[in-house]
Amino acid sequence: MDLADVNSEIKRADLLHMYSYLRLTRALEDRITALYRQGRIVGGCYTSHGMEAIAVGYASALERDDVIAPFHRDMGAFLIRGITPGEILAQYLGKRTGPTKGKDGNVHMGDLKRGIIGFVSHLADNLPVATGAALAFKMRGESRIVFTGTGDGGTSRGDFHEAMNFAAVRKLPVVIFCNNNQYAYSTPIRYQMAISDVVDRAKAYGMPGEIVDGNDVAAVYLASKRAIKKARAGEGPTFLEFKTMRMHGHSEHDPAKYVPRELLEEWKTRDPILIAERLLVQLGYGDETYFHEVGERAKKEVEAGLEFAEKSPLPEGPEALEGVFATEGPDGCANADQSRSAA
Amino acid sequence: MTMTTTQTTGEVTYLEAISQALDEEMMRDERVFLMGEDIGQYGGAFRITEGFLDKYGEWRILDTPLAESGFVGAAIGAAMMGLRPVVEMQFADFISCAFDQITEVAAKNHYRWGAAVPMVIRAPFGGGVHGGPFHSECPEGWFFHSPGLKLVAPSTPYDAKGLLKAAIRDPNPVIYFEHKFLYRRIKATLPTDDFIVPIGKADVKRPGSDISVITYGAMVHLALEAAQLLTKEGIDLEVLDLRTLVPLDKEAIFATVHKTSKAIVLHEDNKTGGIGAEISALLAEECFDSLDGPIMRIAAPDTPVPFSTPLEEFFLPKTADIVTAARTLAAY
Repeated sequence: MDLADVNSEIKRADLLHMYSYLRLTRALEDRITALYRQGRIVGGCYTSHGMEAIAVGYASALERDDVIAPFHRDMGAFLIRGITPGEILAQYLGKRTGPTKGKDGNVHMGDLKRGIIGFVSHLADNLPVATGAALAFKMRGESRIVFTGTGDGGTSRGDFHEAMNFAAVRKLPVVIFCNNNQYAYSTPIRYQMAISDVVDRAKAYGMPGEIVDGNDVAAVYLASKRAIKKARAGEGPTFLEFKTMRMHGHSEHDPAKYVPRELLEEWKTRDPILIAERLLVQLGYGDETYFHEVGERAKKEVEAGLEFAEKSPLPEGPEALEGVFATEGPDGCANADQSRSAA
Repeated sequence: MTMTTTQTTGEVTYLEAISQALDEEMMRDERVFLMGEDIGQYGGAFRITEGFLDKYGEWRILDTPLAESGFVGAAIGAAMMGLRPVVEMQFADFISCAFDQITEVAAKNHYRWGAAVPMVIRAPFGGGVHGGPFHSECPEGWFFHSPGLKLVAPSTPYDAKGLLKAAIRDPNPVIYFEHKFLYRRIKATLPTDDFIVPIGKADVKRPGSDISVITYGAMVHLALEAAQLLTKEGIDLEVLDLRTLVPLDKEAIFATVHKTSKAIVLHEDNKTGGIGAEISALLAEECFDSLDGPIMRIAAPDTPVPFSTPLEEFFLPKTADIVTAARTLAAY
């Protein structure tokens, strides 16, 4: 990232805010990984280790009324949108205080009040949903936008292409990203697509696209800001390819031996926290002492969250029967359900 | 398939009833909008939205790319943001393209994280129109097994209008199965005032004392025809029109069988694993003491819907099948 660009376009407070969320995301996911290894978290355990800058960067570029439809490597976005480490740990532990009250696990959480559309395992399914949210904003003449994305593997699915096309055809206020971490579970990108840059897919839909260093939070933030500005101005969608590397297995059960060691070693030097620290030092915004403090604060917040989650009750078995059908319309979002005149 | 038709002027067809419901709901609630293929200038494959584009404009009558998964997904997102999308499948058969969005996203959304998805998917279904394997299907069974979806299937213009209005006002994803064979074949005079037919309520279309025929969709008319024929033989059929498939009106199903002690379950969908199988199981579980004969199922065989006229005629349940089953049951 060009230092002059950063200096003129990102406020000090915003950079420090993003740095703190990089540390909080890392601390939280380190804790989640440890809990998984201790057998205290069961089921799938997906993290964003080494990719934290993407979610932290784009979520920091959004306004409060905007909406995200994230995927499973976006922990930082959940945190920035206001889901607390305690709620997230409660979710991982299957507690009633998690956003899904134990109905679903790990990053499969959403909350319309905080502008988060819940993620489903079927990758890219959330992209058409995101275009529909953007369609609602456009139809009502609101200036809100939607930020959504999937992984490199997810771009193989039809829903990715259907959403890209619809967004472009109707010039919807949506930004669609690809977290290109080079592996979809064990499948390397060369078996996923015959192109080297995912961004090339955008051309087919008449959508502008950009390749961004996904490990540089300032670069992610600025590229997101540009795309968001266009979307908000009615100029339609943008596709962002965030290049990064998945540093853990697909889920924590997976040792990912199929990834060459040298590749991981190389990307370890490009850790998003290190890159952010280097930038903060260059700008004179932070030093080792400060970084240590922020890290310790993040760990404390996570430990407090874990205490909350552990004290929280598990749901009772028969609660499994609740909530299959809604008794009222969606709440929370601006202009959401008004009382129906003739129900 | 044969059917008694009435041709009185001033009455509306089943198709017109659907069109009226959409128009009235769009006028009543500005959040309601329509999405689908060719619904704008062309007015939809069956012309249900003819004239709507001029009245409501290109955003509320939204022509979509040919991508069912994409536009059903978009409807889900719009619904969560407070709109009331009504999606048109050009033919119910194409709903398979959107299966994932319907069963994995829409159906599970509220259960998983509490966000309601108030949307309607209109699915023109059923055979008897020489549509062949891809324009005649009855795909309701697939969704019957997927918790979180409401399914309705009206058989008359009154129910078509009232159920569509109820579906649009419901806070859940509702799949509205409209039978293509009925579109222009049946007419009725409808109340001029606003009305709904509540979701979850079956309707006795013909009271009778000897045998219950439990059915829905176009098959209701076959059952009524069979009932007419059987009066000569002194066999009195009661015809229960389910109208809603999910949630099933179990009370009405049990009530009719408690009354008649005999049941024929009739549907146009394939027999195995169909809705009739579930109703039969429910009757065996809940009405065993009341039954005076075996539960009989009449349904299409387990094949795709064939094209050629004699093949399709063979495939579809017929009035004669109901008459034969009723005679067998009457002997118990």
